[in-house]
Formats: sequence, C-alpha cells, structure tokens
Amino acid sequence: MTIELLEGSAWVFGDSIDTDNMYPGFAMKLSMEEAAKHVFYDLRPGWSEAVQPGDIVVAGRNFGIGSSRPVAQLFKQLGVVALVAEEFNSLFFRNSINFGLPAVTIPGVTATVGDGDRVRLDVSAASIERVADAQTLEGVKLPDFVLDIVGQGGLMAKLAGDGYLPAGVAGTPSRGGS
Amino acid sequence: MSMTIIEKILARGSGLEQVEAGDVVVCDVDMTVLIDLQFATMWAEPTRIADPERLAVVMDHAVPAPSVQDADGGVRARAFVRRFGIERFFDVGRHGICHQVVAENGLARPGEILTCTDSHTCAAGAYNTAARGLGPVEVYSIMCTGKTWFQVAPTIRYDLAGTKPEVVSGKDIFLHMAGTYGDATNHNIEFGGAGLASVPMNDRRTIATQGAEVSADFTTFPADELCLSFLKDHTGDRLEPVEADADAIYAARREIELSALEPWVARPGSVAENALPVSQVERRKVDQCFIGSCANGQLEDLRIAAAVLRGRRVAPGVRLIVTPASQAVYADAVRAGYVGALADAGAIVTNSTCGACFGYHMGLLGAGEVCITASTRNFKGRMGSPDAEIYMASPFTVAASAVAGEIVDPRELVA
Ligand code: SF4
Repeated sequence: MTIELLEGSAWVFGDSIDTDNMYPGFAMKLSMEEAAKHVFYDLRPGWSEAVQPGDIVVAGRNFGIGSSRPVAQLFKQLGVVALVAEEFNSLFFRNSINFGLPAVTIPGVTATVGDGDRVRLDVSAASIERVADAQTLEGVKLPDFVLDIVGQGGLMAKLAGDGYLPAGVAGTPSRGGS
Repeated sequence: MSMTIIEKILARGSGLEQVEAGDVVVCDVDMTVLIDLQFATMWAEPTRIADPERLAVVMDHAVPAPSVQDADGGVRARAFVRRFGIERFFDVGRHGICHQVVAENGLARPGEILTCTDSHTCAAGAYNTAARGLGPVEVYSIMCTGKTWFQVAPTIRYDLAGTKPEVVSGKDIFLHMAGTYGDATNHNIEFGGAGLASVPMNDRRTIATQGAEVSADFTTFPADELCLSFLKDHTGDRLEPVEADADAIYAARREIELSALEPWVARPGSVAENALPVSQVERRKVDQCFIGSCANGQLEDLRIAAAVLRGRRVAPGVRLIVTPASQAVYADAVRAGYVGALADAGAIVTNSTCGACFGYHMGLLGAGEVCITASTRNFKGRMGSPDAEIYMASPFTVAASAVAGEIVDPRELVA
C-alpha cells in the first residue's frame, strides 16, 4: 500500500524524549482533546498551540522511551501527520503504527532537518527531503504489512474490517498503561 | 542451532525451527493481560475474542477507583469478564499491580509468550517468559486474534559472576547496568552466569521489570533451579524451560562481578548513564520516599523496609509511602508484622495499586520537592510536578534515607 506524500513543517526534538513528556500522568485523567494540550508541556511550553495540522515531529535516538500511553492519539489530535526519528523505542513505535500514525526511522535526520524546516516525507520509501534545498535522506523501509496497517488508518480499523468490532464502532481502546 | 533464550521462545511461538535477529515473526500468544485503564476510556466491546483461557483482566493502576471515569471503567471490565466467561479476573480485593498478579498466579511460564499493554510487562522475563508491553491497540488485537508479530532484536548478554552481597539488591544491579552501559534500545537483554544463583527471584523480577527503563525489548532470565522451585509453587506442571545455546549470537557480552557491587542511585530524569554508586551521590534532603510499584512492592521489599524502620522513626518533615504490589503481598505483610512496624515508624502503608509510581491518584510531588523512590521510573514529572526531582534507589536505600531525612548510604545505618 502506498501512503500519500506528506509535506509539513518539522518540529525537532532531542534524544530519549520520554512518554511522560508527551502524555503526563495528570493528562491521563483528561479527554483526548484536553490531554493533547499538554504534549511537551514542560519541554516546550505552548507547543500544542503552535503546532499546525500537517506538521511532522522529528526526534533523536530512543524516541518514546517509557509507557504504553497512546501518545500517537494526542499527536493525531493536534494534526501531526508523522513521526520521524533517528531511532524509536519499539513500544512507542508500535503504538504509533497501530494508531495509524506513520513512524519512520531515518538515521541522521536531526543533523539535517532543523526546527521549522519544511520537509517532504515519503513514508513508503522511508525518505525525507528538506524542501529548501532538496537534500534527501533515506531511512529504514517499513515492512509491507506495517505500511498496510498505517495505510488502513491503524489496527483498529483493520480489526473492524475483520468483524471483531460491532458495526459502527470505530473506537480506539483507551490509555494503555503507565 | 545457535539461539538466545528469546530467539528460541519466539521460534517456538511462531512454529519455526530457527529465528535470528532482524527476522519478523508472527507468534501465537500464550497469555494476554488487560488492565483497568484500558476499560476506562473509549473501550469498545469486541464481537468475539480468541480464547478466554488465554486472557486475564487485572484491576491495578487506579483502584479503588479515584474518579468516575475509572469507576465506569470497572463497570465495563466486569461486564466484559462476565460476557466472555473470563475466569482470571483480578477484581478489587484480589487485585494487585498486574505484573505482580502475573507472578503470583503463575500466568507467566517458561518458554511461553505473555503480552499486556503495559510497558513493564517485561517483568515476567524473570520466569523465562518472553514478555513485553505492546500498547493498548496491539493487546486489543491479540485479545481478538490470539496472535501478534515481533521483529527479533539483537540480544545483549549479561553474565553474572561472584556472589551478591546482602546489602545489594536487584535494583542496585540494574542501576549499575544502566549507569555503566546506558540504554539498550531495540535490543533484548539476557542474563546468565554462575552468579545468578545468588540473585533471588524477587531481585530478578526487579531487574526484568526495569528492562523497560533502558528501552529494551525483552529482558529474560534462564529457568534455573531457583526459578523452577518458585514456579512449582505458583504454576501447574507444564514447565518447558528454554536455555540459550552455547553458541548463541550476542550483540554484546558483559560481565558483572556481583561481589564488587555497592548500593546504586539514579539521579533525576532517567537511569541510563545517570546512575552512580551511592557513595558518589549528593546527600540531598528528601521530602518524600516511596517503596512500591511492580518493581519493588514485593514482600521482600516490605520486609527490608520494616527491618530498617523497626525501632526507628521516619525523619520529621519526610513522608515515607509504602505500597504493596498486590493484595496478597499486603495480607502477607500484615501477618508478618511489617505493616505494623512501618506504621509505628510513621510510614504510610497504602492499598495495593500503582498509585504514587505514576503520579495519577495519590502520593504526588509538589514543585521543588525531592523524592527518592524504589519504583520504576524517575522521568521528569513522573510523580507529579515537573519541578520535583526524583532519585531512584533500592528499598534499603530509600528506607534508610527516610530515617536520615536525606539520601544516605544504607550501610551507615546498619553499621
Ligand atoms: S507500578 Fe508503576 S511502572 Fe508498574 S505498572 Fe504500575 S504504574 Fe506502571
């Protein structure tokens, strides 16, 4: 399955950004809309208001260490269309994919893409292009079945298609763990 | 054959002869655990599930319900359990932190695959189980289909040598690993070596639990005699342990001389490359001390806390919160007199729940406060205000620090 080319502004973060930075414990008591206002609440206060639909979050090594809290849902709530990192924590990676948010590993990305750069991301090819000068980096291609999950909008949509959910229920299960 | 423990278990689970790092495998899952939080928001009742025998539901993170949202989650969990005839339901009263409940009830067995949404599911690696957290959607999918996929990561092997000193616990061993070698992102961790015999099961559980803190995929131990005798008390007879092959391929091999270790402390924010021997850590004044969580709310942890506190007092101006990892641990600790000793010393012994560990519904920190915790995580903001500082250490070090009112080497207290 091919996923359409994404173009947006990059927000660049450092190494080992943990899930409590993106989905703090107190926000677990709030609705998704409210909780989304607290993404990076301490690391970059005001970010959730500045981020625009179509933007792409870029991070360094070990992105998303921590909980199974569905941070991807909050990013989607804010209109973020993809995550790119030098390296993902594997649980965080799986959560993103399963919520239908592309997560692409591209080594060297934080050295090339700067905060606020316009970038074009080809999820299927795992490549990112800095729009200003067409500099392109290649990353690690996702297996076809993973692209398929993302392309279908996440694993719940797939399960609904396979009849595991009652008709009309597109709900996504909850907040994961701590 | 040249496979690590994890490679062998994943080969077994996927019906393959051989798997190696880099392979993507689809496995049957032996046991899946759902937790209370999953029912508390946006729960969608499935039309069918793969196998009620391979499912457990544990009320743990927020019990008894601290909010209507959590209470409604309980209502949904109970309805789900009734509808699908799930016998392994650990409702409030027989509850505990899911990873403790898994251990106590023999839900983790050698050579099997265990999944749960929660990131500390790797705890069951102590029992020679391939266990890890996979997030709420993946676990929902496993509940429906009975299967999941793994990309097999390379494995880092730790060989333990020598004998563990009494004052050194699993937490210290782990903090030494994290402080010395940093994170293990997209790697598995495997333990072995003759020194393992001196590391009791509770300490192995602490270490396996904390694998998530160095971002490891699976953290597993072999099923040696100690492990098998623990399992005999908690499981049926279907034990098929898995050993690493002598020529298994590792991404790295590291040796830890246990007899040379001392208590370790992680400084606030993370554990990887951020932990030091206690003798090198600043003696910060502390406001709150916490002993609990899936890593260190075990009976042995409460025993250590009680031993330190007996005949002593929690320092003025300091709060010591002790949270048993399960109702069973709580009951055992009452019977053993630990709860009385702790309460007499001015500690607060709470109901079993995740509680203070994740800054959700009790024992939160205010701005400017300093905490030393024996729980799993010291991320900024983890236990409340992002302007609080969280140090991490063993129950022994935390209990001693509660008495001293500052971070201390616990050996000073017993000396
Ligand atoms: S005790 Fe802490 S780390 Fe363990 S499952 Fe609960 S919240 Fe997570």
